[in-house]
Amino acid sequence: MSAREGRAWVFGDGIDTDLLAPGYAMKKSPEALARHTLEAVDPQFAAHVRPGDMLVAGADLGIGSSREQAAISLKTLGVSAVIAKSFARIFYRNCMNIGLPAIQFDPAGRIHPGDNLRLDLAAGRLSNLATGKTWPVAALPPHLMTMIEQGGLMASLTARFAKPGAAAHPARPQGASHD
Amino acid sequence: MAATLVEKIMARAAGRDTVSPGDIVTIAVDLAMAHDSSGPRRWQARLEALGTGLWDPDRVVIVSDHYVPAVDAESAAILQVTREFARDYGVKNFYDMKGICHVILPENGHVKPGMVIAGGDSHTTNAGAFGAYAAGFGATDMTAIVATGETWTMVPETIRVDISGALGDGVTAKDIMLALCRDLGMGHHFKVIEYGGPCVDAMDMEGRTVLSNMAAELGAETGLIAPDETTLAHIRAHGGVVEDEAIQRWRSDPDAAYAKVFNLDASALSPQVAAPHSPANSADVGVHAGARIDQAYIGACVGAKLSDLRMAAAVLKGRKIAPGVRLLVAPASSRVTAAAAKDGTLEALVEAGAVVLASGCGACAGLGAGLLAAGEVCISSTNRNFKGRMGHKDASVYLGSPYTVAASALEGRIADPRPFLKTRRAAA
Ligand code: SF4
Repeated sequence: MSAREGRAWVFGDGIDTDLLAPGYAMKKSPEALARHTLEAVDPQFAAHVRPGDMLVAGADLGIGSSREQAAISLKTLGVSAVIAKSFARIFYRNCMNIGLPAIQFDPAGRIHPGDNLRLDLAAGRLSNLATGKTWPVAALPPHLMTMIEQGGLMASLTARFAKPGAAAHPARPQGASHD
Repeated sequence: MAATLVEKIMARAAGRDTVSPGDIVTIAVDLAMAHDSSGPRRWQARLEALGTGLWDPDRVVIVSDHYVPAVDAESAAILQVTREFARDYGVKNFYDMKGICHVILPENGHVKPGMVIAGGDSHTTNAGAFGAYAAGFGATDMTAIVATGETWTMVPETIRVDISGALGDGVTAKDIMLALCRDLGMGHHFKVIEYGGPCVDAMDMEGRTVLSNMAAELGAETGLIAPDETTLAHIRAHGGVVEDEAIQRWRSDPDAAYAKVFNLDASALSPQVAAPHSPANSADVGVHAGARIDQAYIGACVGAKLSDLRMAAAVLKGRKIAPGVRLLVAPASSRVTAAAAKDGTLEALVEAGAVVLASGCGACAGLGAGLLAAGEVCISSTNRNFKGRMGHKDASVYLGSPYTVAASALEGRIADPRPFLKTRRAAA
């Protein structure tokens, strides 16, 4: 898997799911919802984040709701990885499940807003190209690494079920109409 | 080898004799629960792509609670997808507009000790009060769970919270949790909290679910309470089946290893209020007393069960809320509404000036009736006060117990409920 590169968007502790995917915008399409990402703390973020950029945060990133849109919105905006001192469990799983790597790393004093970062998951390395520093990052458990490489949980489930015979299971019982 | 309760549950669900914290295991799920926001509308296309159907429709519970009743065409469409999914996939345990999912589960006997419950909602922890490993998952994880009946997990460490002493008048399980959010912090990710001690033993199941519900605010996977006679009696009274042996089987061994033990003396606790925008911003009610409010909200899975409505009624009965303040009450389920109508609770609330809303997540989720405008201030019996959660991002939400919310509605400012309860006692 190739390395990811992009600019750092740095936030503090306790960035919660209501900031990432506000309730008042939850009925909108994924693209429209994504435009509200983090607007309560940084109105510039959604408009200016570029594909490849990384979200960098302090402790407890993603605390709060189970809403997967918190992770999906970041991916929709092109964010290539999330890096935080610590992650809320459901948000961490959600990121991994949609193929957005979540890396536990304390950015304090090491990553500043706008720094260019390079994340090489396979090698387990994070580099700050602005300062020339490189750090090892903890290896992901093998099943998560495989899942990320496959593109997320749906992709790995598809690989698992797209075997001969799988198509014999109907998506829903007979007689159901749903057009 | 001595094991904690969660280790015993996970060993059983993983088909192993023992497990240890840090082990990555695949566990069988006993019950999958989802609501209208996180469930069918997110599962349907994915399940169709996979072609698996549901692994076991009888182990799936679906609840419409987030977008009820529909307020616009979009929410109506979400509810429609939910209904059609339940019908087409043969989900018999479908509760359409009957109440909030976490309250619906124990109300209908779905929860019992030792189970693994996966829910598409962060407060799935609520069912942990029954000695079940009940944890929240996002929509893709839930899709995989309803397709396969299993999921991976890392066996968590346990933090034991021992609560001694008796709660004083006007002090509740909610106040315990707000104090714990402050004292323990909200960062217990990938850990479980296990509550115990004389104060917990003395609580009824509604009080205990407040502890497990807000384990989510501590960041924990779930909030466990070992079952006792109170647990079994509650399950049986709600149509569930449970063996007496559950009490011996589903508890931590006396010499089990905890990551940490925290002791709290409930008798020393005052009512707590959490200031905007975090449950961890809590302090004794006196610190915030006098702060202006526009709205008082009694609602949510954590704060609008029958016992919660009764607390509010104990403060409000025979009194009127302050002019210029609105008090909204959204009972947690239709059964709660029916019971509150029968015992006079509803009458006390309405006569004091409360507006009764539909049972559902409503303003708590920022989706339904009772939202806030920019600059408005609310005190709420819900569990979360993150910025933007209950309406405009520039609104402010304080959290308190139903007693404290009711007292604040009477005064039009944040108020200590204890004087209202005392005068009542003196007059009686
Ligand atoms: S009432 Fe609030 S906390 Fe409870 S399930 Fe609904 S949105 Fe979540």
